[in-house]
Amino acid sequence: MSAVLQSLIEQPYRHGFVTDIEADTAPKGLSEDTIRFISRKKGEPEWLLEFRLKAYRHWLTMKEPTWPNVKYPRIDFQDIIYYSAPKPKAKLASMDEVDPELRRTFEKLGVPLHEQKALAGVAVDVIFDSVSVTTTYKKRLADAGVIFGSMSEAVRDHPDLVRKYLGTVVPPGDNFYAALNSAVFTDGSFCYIPKGVKCPMELSTYFRINTESSGQFERTLIVAEEGAYVSYLEGCTAPKFDTNQLHAAVVELVALDRAEIKYSTVQNWYAGDEEGRGGIYNFVTKRGLCRGAASKISWTQVETGSAITWKYPSCILQGEGSVGEFYSVALTNHKQQADTGTKMIHIGPNTRSRIISKGISAGGSNNSYRGLVQIGPKAENARNYSQCDSMLIGGASGANTFPYIRVQNQTAKVEHEATTSKIGEEQLFYFQSRGIDMEAAVSMIINGFVKDVFTQLPMEFAVEAGRLLGLKLEGSVG
Amino acid sequence: MIRADARILLEVRNLSARVAGIEILKGVSLTVRAGEVHAIMGPNGSGKSTFAKALVGHPAYEITSGAATFEGRNLFELAAEERARAGLFLGFQYPVEIPGVANAQFLRLAYNTIQAARGKDELDPLEFDDFVREKMQLLGMDPAFLDRSVNEGFSGGEKKRNEILQMALLEPKLAFLDETDSGLDIDALRVVANSVNRLITPDNAIVLVTHYQRLLNHILPDYVHVMDGGRIVKTGGKDLALELENRGYDWVAGEAAAA
Repeated sequence: MSAVLQSLIEQPYRHGFVTDIEADTAPKGLSEDTIRFISRKKGEPEWLLEFRLKAYRHWLTMKEPTWPNVKYPRIDFQDIIYYSAPKPKAKLASMDEVDPELRRTFEKLGVPLHEQKALAGVAVDVIFDSVSVTTTYKKRLADAGVIFGSMSEAVRDHPDLVRKYLGTVVPPGDNFYAALNSAVFTDGSFCYIPKGVKCPMELSTYFRINTESSGQFERTLIVAEEGAYVSYLEGCTAPKFDTNQLHAAVVELVALDRAEIKYSTVQNWYAGDEEGRGGIYNFVTKRGLCRGAASKISWTQVETGSAITWKYPSCILQGEGSVGEFYSVALTNHKQQADTGTKMIHIGPNTRSRIISKGISAGGSNNSYRGLVQIGPKAENARNYSQCDSMLIGGASGANTFPYIRVQNQTAKVEHEATTSKIGEEQLFYFQSRGIDMEAAVSMIINGFVKDVFTQLPMEFAVEAGRLLGLKLEGSVG
Repeated sequence: MIRADARILLEVRNLSARVAGIEILKGVSLTVRAGEVHAIMGPNGSGKSTFAKALVGHPAYEITSGAATFEGRNLFELAAEERARAGLFLGFQYPVEIPGVANAQFLRLAYNTIQAARGKDELDPLEFDDFVREKMQLLGMDPAFLDRSVNEGFSGGEKKRNEILQMALLEPKLAFLDETDSGLDIDALRVVANSVNRLITPDNAIVLVTHYQRLLNHILPDYVHVMDGGRIVKTGGKDLALELENRGYDWVAGEAAAA
């Protein structure tokens, strides 16, 4: 591949600064004492401490899974800071009270933190290291009956709701990293949409890891009651460190009868440098339960960052006629590794799912799609359509597809399509011979490739995601 | 049309080039003036396609010696896209497929890029749609090709029409058409040739690269050059093409060797 294309795919990371904010930090290491420390810091009720301790004890019996198609040195779980919160921690009533240093950080990141920007229609919950800093636009949401804020607040203000749903989709012992998260999660977002309410604006959470060697373990829970609708956006960045940081989040979604949850992620955690030093290990469990009839959960993810991305946003299609969707763009460059995909578990009859996955591998990176489509014995007339496309840029990157299909009902229809393509010299030359430079050519090819996924993103996120792909690959996507 | 006083567009002197380490062109010279139609003929592997690709800047072809100027500018100092903006065009023998990129989008980007380079107005998608449909009609192309991915699933003939459509849109000063007749049935050939003929003006020029004579029944060349072994071994008028059709290429090569 030519030198120009090389330079295009080697754009520097723009969120790699560290904010100098005094932090309230737990000592490194994990023990029951750490967990009690976190729980006490957050003033949690006894049942939640028990939830954590139970998860921790279970975690101790578990082994770190090694089946994904990624390579990394063993993680020393005693070398991680499990709690780091920016000071001061006084309760904030309005945006003006946010630490100016923090505000400048989010301004640099381009987060619409100000009220006037929030007027654009996005309510933002910001998670800085471990703790939710502020939630904008609470009033208008409250008028609609929507509860949206940090998990800590929800535990305090709506303990019954949290207790009713927490761990019902991803049980504390579900997997190694979910168990770890259940033990040490420090904050996250909680969102509850009451019966029949269409959430009046897009909800958004912005995650940032700031402290070196801190892990981020946030926990998100979204519940949509009968006939409710919510669109939720999640964005993430982290500063540059030479060490690796662990991000092990859990996201649980619950959709009751005819409810719809649309969950979109633009993930741009620090990916490490060109040699693979540093970067985030993004080991996340995301799962949605379509509990009610005709409910719908739709995951859209644009994964561009992290040294390693390892996640499978999934749908359990329990309610009759429920629908699960997964739209994904995963871009890897340099030494990045991604093993990502989805699970569609069809339990109820007439359930439908759709998987559109687009992997882009550049540099010396490795990008795998791994997905499971499971049709249970009672899932009469279940339908799945999967399409997994890979695009290779340059000659040193790799792409793999691991589709698993398990069908236990003969009336089911499952379709799977996969393609692999390569941005080749001939294609680029074709553009050039028409006067179009290489940068614009790559941009147009990539945009064409990801189009089916980007149309699923809310408008402003689609713009941000396009910009991000641009930063990763060249300068003018968008 | 030959006019001795016409402006020189392309001047190639002793051009040698190689691909993957193998010398393909071994000293080719050619002068093309405004208003002229040239045909470069020759057996397979004689270097005719290489000559066109090397001049428009294909990255696989390495220039080892010689010079080429286009309207006085040194071609080899320009990137491929700059040569296109300067007015060079290549109609590909095998146009590449670009999945996921809508033809309409691609054509508009190409058109606007060239327009901008000429200091002319660009067109928005709606304006462009009207504009391109008109051009397509002349080529007998179904407008449905606008919504399809560039060249993807196009038949050989459809790809060739799409190339000539681009030529019609970009209005190059000098167009190389590489085996444009291959893959076309006789009716399609006539349509494509008519379109090309309409694009010929006293200010531009065309170089047809072709193995067979049949295209030259429809687009009349002012000069016919025969290439063999990486050199132009004979140059003549349009009658030379007919002679080649009757006698094959061997006699030219033999004549050149004897000389």
